[in-house]
Amino acid sequence: MKKFIVATVIGFLVYLLLTTSSGNDFFIWSYSEIVVGIIFAIIVGIIVRNVFIKDNFRMLNPVRWLVLLVYLIGPFFISMARANLDVAYRVITGRINPGIVKIDPKLKTDLGVTMLANSITLTPGTLSVDVDEDKNQLYIHWINVKEDALKKKPRDCKYVCGGFPKWVRRIAE
Amino acid sequence: MIDAFMLTLVLLIISIVISLIRVVFGPTVPDRVVGLDTINTLVIASMVIFGAASKEVIYIDVAIVYALLSFVSTLFIAKYLEGGRF
Amino acid sequence: MIEIIIYVFLGIGVFFNLLASFGLIRFPDVYTRLHAGTKCTTFGSIFLSLAVIMYGLRLWYLEGFNSGNSVLVIHTIIALICILVTNPTGAHAIARAAHRSGVMPAKAVVDDLKDDRKKGRGRKKK
Repeated sequence: MKKFIVATVIGFLVYLLLTTSSGNDFFIWSYSEIVVGIIFAIIVGIIVRNVFIKDNFRMLNPVRWLVLLVYLIGPFFISMARANLDVAYRVITGRINPGIVKIDPKLKTDLGVTMLANSITLTPGTLSVDVDEDKNQLYIHWINVKEDALKKKPRDCKYVCGGFPKWVRRIAE
Repeated sequence: MIDAFMLTLVLLIISIVISLIRVVFGPTVPDRVVGLDTINTLVIASMVIFGAASKEVIYIDVAIVYALLSFVSTLFIAKYLEGGRF
Repeated sequence: MIEIIIYVFLGIGVFFNLLASFGLIRFPDVYTRLHAGTKCTTFGSIFLSLAVIMYGLRLWYLEGFNSGNSVLVIHTIIALICILVTNPTGAHAIARAAHRSGVMPAKAVVDDLKDDRKKGRGRKKK
């Protein structure tokens, strides 16, 4: 029942966002849009309630969303800007030294691994290629391999992704 | 303001044409898919810019739907290249 | 004042989008081309969308709360979220498919994934 209510409320909020300025009965929405939105949100909630939320409700905590927003604006955006200047440098000079390395970020949940893989793709010089689903280990294509990182077999995490696993653990686990 | 948006649109179309070179001459199939993926993102950006320039919001709605559909098409092409079953 | 910010954002966005297509031409193999094609287009699209959001906020402020300009702002934000979520995921799918279909990185120093798959320890195909 709680799964159904959460899915319905989120669907209704998305419907409201997509139909702003349809009238001025209730702020900037009209009554007919709100009634239709409630009906469709209930139908969608019945269909997706078991797919939308898998195991637990930890992402309902608003502190996690606040930390996610801070993470997106602060460290993520700065490293994204650095990544783009890095790509610009390599387009102009053509100096590359690529390789595929394996790292072990020690994350447990699927959502955390997804978030870390997307962060790694958008940050300097790295691109996630494959994932070992049993042990949650990632294979990373690295455009400028450093010799220091090649010493032990699951490679050291701090050369590739910096402090990202700490942030992701705070957000998603 | 409208002139700036239109100039941006022209430059975006130039970069779409440059990316088309990779789609036509790419030596392997994944190269062509990379070119198509880049072109999809550029088309979404130009739709948003054109919607703001002409003040027609319908182009931005089309851009949202195009983003989601092109994502699904990219996933299906990748699945086909892997040789996996659906 | 806000017009100057819009011009600067448009300039940054167009520069990085052009850089992405030049990188697509210049780099030697699939993976490095994905670097250029994913990072630069995402960053450029963020700045183009921010310019449009600024423009919509200015129109919304000038023409009053109940004019139709809120649609421009909110729908652009939703399109931006769609780009941010789908773009890296698509790049990941293409890279995995390329490695499984046998395209190896050019001039690679180290390739752990190839070694693991030779030993049979990589993920089995379903």
